[in-house]
Amino acid sequence: MLTARVKNKISETMVLTRRSMRHSLNIDTLLTAIATPIMMMLMFVYVFGGAMDTGAIDHINYMVPGILLMGIVSGAIYTSVRVNNDMTSGIIDRFHSMPIARSSILTGHVMTSVVFNAFSTLLVLLVALFMGFRTDASITAWLLVIGILLLFTLAMTWVSAFFGLLANSVEGASAFSYPVIFLLFISSAFVPTDTMPGVVRAFAEFQPMTPLIETVRSLLMTESAGDSVLITILWWFGILIAFSIAAIQVYKRKT
Amino acid sequence: MIQTNTAIAVKGLKKSYKNLNVLKDIDFTVQKGSIFALLGSNGAGKTTTVKILTTLLLPDKGSPEICGFDVIRQPDQVREKISLTGQSTAVDPVLTGRENLRMIGKLRHLPDANRQADELLEQVQLLDAADQKVATYSGGMQRRLDLAMGLIGGPSVIFLDEPTTGLDPQSRKALWQIIKDLADSGITVFLTTQYLEEADQLADHIAILNDGEIIAEGTAAELKKLLPHGHIELKFSDEKELQLARNLLIQYNISLSKENPTMTITTDGSIQQMTAILSQLDHADITVTEFSQKKPTLEDVFLAMIDENHGEENALC
Repeated sequence: MLTARVKNKISETMVLTRRSMRHSLNIDTLLTAIATPIMMMLMFVYVFGGAMDTGAIDHINYMVPGILLMGIVSGAIYTSVRVNNDMTSGIIDRFHSMPIARSSILTGHVMTSVVFNAFSTLLVLLVALFMGFRTDASITAWLLVIGILLLFTLAMTWVSAFFGLLANSVEGASAFSYPVIFLLFISSAFVPTDTMPGVVRAFAEFQPMTPLIETVRSLLMTESAGDSVLITILWWFGILIAFSIAAIQVYKRKT
Repeated sequence: MIQTNTAIAVKGLKKSYKNLNVLKDIDFTVQKGSIFALLGSNGAGKTTTVKILTTLLLPDKGSPEICGFDVIRQPDQVREKISLTGQSTAVDPVLTGRENLRMIGKLRHLPDANRQADELLEQVQLLDAADQKVATYSGGMQRRLDLAMGLIGGPSVIFLDEPTTGLDPQSRKALWQIIKDLADSGITVFLTTQYLEEADQLADHIAILNDGEIIAEGTAAELKKLLPHGHIELKFSDEKELQLARNLLIQYNISLSKENPTMTITTDGSIQQMTAILSQLDHADITVTEFSQKKPTLEDVFLAMIDENHGEENALC
């Protein structure tokens, strides 16, 4: 049996999640978070595709993991915008002067991001299938991919919430996304790292995006993922913990 | 011990940020069902007071009580009793007016959130715009919705931080009427304002906050009595008449302006004294060509109080 307090907390979080969802369903967000990765995929496959050497793997099959991650990053960025809008308007004072669980406000934004990204990732995947993406991955491999993408979504959402809380304006809040997108390009997301010059290659191989992409790609291409599963989980679980703690600290300090 | 008819009790409230003393030992009480106005200029400490009373900010000293609950130790109970309509409008522009109200009703776990939302839309005259996005509302409409959102769930005490700042005169009057109706229905209203007229029009009790201190407190009439001096101004046909009148009224505090020729007499503001002066002049056959009376306004009180408070600083200049 749930106590009345827990029940209230759940219903408050649901009300605020619905509100946050309404904010995420606008043209701007949909365009950036769903259309951008699809456009990138079209470009990488049909424009640059011929000039890129992805080895034994089919070009589209090689691209898809990176595109999925890019979609998640673009979707999660909006958490910073939504959180920042709340923090810089009067509405946060209204919520805080009401008898509701304070955690429900941030939790609502995080849940919105997870739901939104699950939906947009599915959409990108469908388009990829249309474009010829094929996988023989087992159910177990798929479950592992879903779990890892969920972990990545949560981690990116908390990174985003942290910057949204920290920044004094919406422009500042979403600026962090550029270095994150950059990390995706300096990884094995779109080209194998062994084509890169020494220093760049060393960086690419030791940053958190590469093991993530390698893991998802291996799982989807039914290859052995090896240690990269563990390395990926350690990296992104660590980032999730660090940024969620930091975000909650900033939240407490600012309110 | 708090009396049962006290809605808000504040004693020895202090708050400072680093070296800046924002509130220096504030005391006041607000009666249930009354409108209390905290009047002051920008930076006087009004919003800080509101934030402390609405559990958003912890004071350095003093634990205010609202409806008998301690703001610091029992914030959840206090939040059940109050609502805040802050200085920056706290409405969600993406949602419609109706959705905004329903959201707050659901957050307060009201079984009849939808019905209350509809009733409040009517009360603040937003039924016609209820299903439009709030982003399309005018400033006055947003402020009325903001106020309605604070009324969902029937709070005992509502806090309005500068509710009419930035509104046009018509919207301001409409909001005043809604606030008066609220107090008539038994809700305690705590409002801050920098407009003397607003305090004069609305408040049963006014406290003037200046530089973190309450420098005067009372009803509008009581505050005006703090400046007992009314002035009357008399104009005469020539300087000779003026001199005659002056000799006649020698017992009063008079200032002359020979060019005009007029005199200004400081009175206690009573009708008796005024008629006495006029009949004295009449008996002596001195003709008054123009007469005007100036009563002390709340503004005079406000300025006089602030002046008094800054007396030492002024002396240095």
